[in-house]
Amino acid sequence: MLFYSFFKTLVGKEIAVELKNDIALEGKLHSIDQYLNIKLLDTKVSDPERYPQLVAMTSVFIRGSVVRYVVIAKDDVDVDLLQDAARKTAAS
Amino acid sequence: MTTECREPLDLIRLSIDERIYVKCKGDRELRGKLHAYDQHLNMVLADVEETVTKQDTDEETQEAIIRTAKRSHEMLFVRGDVVILVSPPLRTT
Repeated sequence: MLFYSFFKTLVGKEIAVELKNDIALEGKLHSIDQYLNIKLLDTKVSDPERYPQLVAMTSVFIRGSVVRYVVIAKDDVDVDLLQDAARKTAAS
Repeated sequence: MTTECREPLDLIRLSIDERIYVKCKGDRELRGKLHAYDQHLNMVLADVEETVTKQDTDEETQEAIIRTAKRSHEMLFVRGDVVILVSPPLRTT
């Protein structure tokens, strides 16, 4: 549940999601669930020339299991709080 | 605070706030500072350098060409199911 709580603090922030099929999307995090499924609003495709069929989308639901990375702004993260939570809950 | 190492995940716990090396599926490697992880090996890393290794074959000589591409991110969440191994950084870097 650690990263579920972590992502809940990022709701409303701009993130970039890179999927395992190499598609990269940017947008505002609308919501997250326990499986780390992501709902993104005002979605932009990072490479519109390669994937023109995605340009028309505005809001997307991404299954958590297809995500490779989520790129976040450093300022959006409380590093000390995150490390503390990891030390307490990780590997328990 | 637990410093006893009972299982492999406890070893990773020792690396929180330290730089680590992560080998990932798809011939990718990450080097960054570990901020958080969980039992799935989902991780949050900061000041990350990602190295992607691609292998091409030269059309004329049929030699294997190895190319690497690097990218940097200031803060990255990595999904655990792409992680192969986690280690302290290799001394050559």
